[in-house]
Amino acid sequence: MNEIVVIDYGVGNLLSVKRGLEHCGAKVKITSKPKDIINASKVILPGVGAFKNAMKSLNRLGLIDVIKEISNREINLLGICLGMQLLLDESDEFGVTKGLGLIPGRVVAIPSKNKDGISNKIPHIGWSNLINSEGNAYWDQGILKKVKPGDSSYFIHSYMALTNEKKYTIAYCMYGSEKIPAVVQSNRIIGCQFHPEKSGKVGLNILREFCES
Amino acid sequence: MTDYSFSFKNNVRLIGRLDIKGENLIKGIHLEGLRVIGPPNEYAHKYYLQGVDELIYMDCVASLYRRNHLANIISSAAENIFVPLTVGGGIRSVDDANKILRAGADKVAINTAAVENPQLISDISRKFGSQCMVLSVEAKQISDNKWEVFTNNGREKTGLDVVEWIKKCIDLGVGEILLTSVDREGTRKGFDNLLVRNVTEESSVPVIASGGMGSPEDIFKVINEGGASAIAMADILHYGRSNINEIRNFAMQSGFGVREYSVE
Repeated sequence: MNEIVVIDYGVGNLLSVKRGLEHCGAKVKITSKPKDIINASKVILPGVGAFKNAMKSLNRLGLIDVIKEISNREINLLGICLGMQLLLDESDEFGVTKGLGLIPGRVVAIPSKNKDGISNKIPHIGWSNLINSEGNAYWDQGILKKVKPGDSSYFIHSYMALTNEKKYTIAYCMYGSEKIPAVVQSNRIIGCQFHPEKSGKVGLNILREFCES
Repeated sequence: MTDYSFSFKNNVRLIGRLDIKGENLIKGIHLEGLRVIGPPNEYAHKYYLQGVDELIYMDCVASLYRRNHLANIISSAAENIFVPLTVGGGIRSVDDANKILRAGADKVAINTAAVENPQLISDISRKFGSQCMVLSVEAKQISDNKWEVFTNNGREKTGLDVVEWIKKCIDLGVGEILLTSVDREGTRKGFDNLLVRNVTEESSVPVIASGGMGSPEDIFKVINEGGASAIAMADILHYGRSNINEIRNFAMQSGFGVREYSVE
């Protein structure tokens, strides 16, 4: 199995991601060196916290162009939680901030009220069932291959990544009456809003699929 | 086209709570009279395999003696437990929080230090994100519809009103509330549903109800009447009076959504 490169830019519980990957039998390198990232075959962009701070950290480490370059190469990239949101064009969080622009779409706040006026507790924290986006064939081909529609994974977030076109959203979950993208994908660029490293067996199967893909 | 206009039932989180003293899992009544149960991670791993949604580790003497043994326990738990871990007890600074997060915790729960220095809440949520910052509240009823915040494991009065304190802390950046009823804790008399209701009505963030679960049936009221997003269970699991699977099945039969899980 190839080595998995996890990008260290100062945010996120890297230890858990590393332990999850190792549990799947992967060799893991945690790094912020552009050379390591661009020469990898599989890269994970983790992250928790605020969008703006994350982009600032990536910028300071000179990693924005490096990650963008990934999409031109034979490299599989998986963004987790905030790392997924960073893949989109921009975010509304604390004023509009530009993202990496690898998947067309924008990051917006989860509405604090449902359409029927019932309030949603924010953040969305908990295990939500993954639902297959209509007519999307990626489910059976990508990281969700071993996951059944209806399986649950662990989410913790206040913003959501809305893709411009339906075809980029592979799976979603419901929070109140909100439809929240759970897995987004454009070719080799993949993002999941939930934490696979914290989602028990279902999450480990997703990580394993990414490692073996 | 599928119709999404209905209001979907969010899955209720079933959380195992492990109170720790030194290296042991312990259990008390009203957070006192602590009795040793066994090695915490043996229990933690058992609950993980049964499909527990999250685990909370609480060092119950750390605040009092200003020490914390928890990092080692968490680090070893994170090796083979792949659900979120929340850790509380004795976290007094951003640096303490950082240490426990680096050991493998996903969230920190803070009570005493937050009462002494509310600024700590904003410092932690700014540095690690509010999803990481759990406010732990130990509540004792003082009159009809009034509860007071206690610290140091239910030992010390603060004079703070529970609902007012929680509202203030949400403004400071708290992402979740762990609400423990000191009156019910360890009594098996059921949750303090009225306390939970009072808090969830005012809280914009999810509330975990803790303290008093005597049987799986107790979750019915705390969710339906109390409005809890999650429940924390200790005694009922540690003494094997029930298990996660049975509780999950009861929740499903009661019409609640729960995480899809099959025990192998």
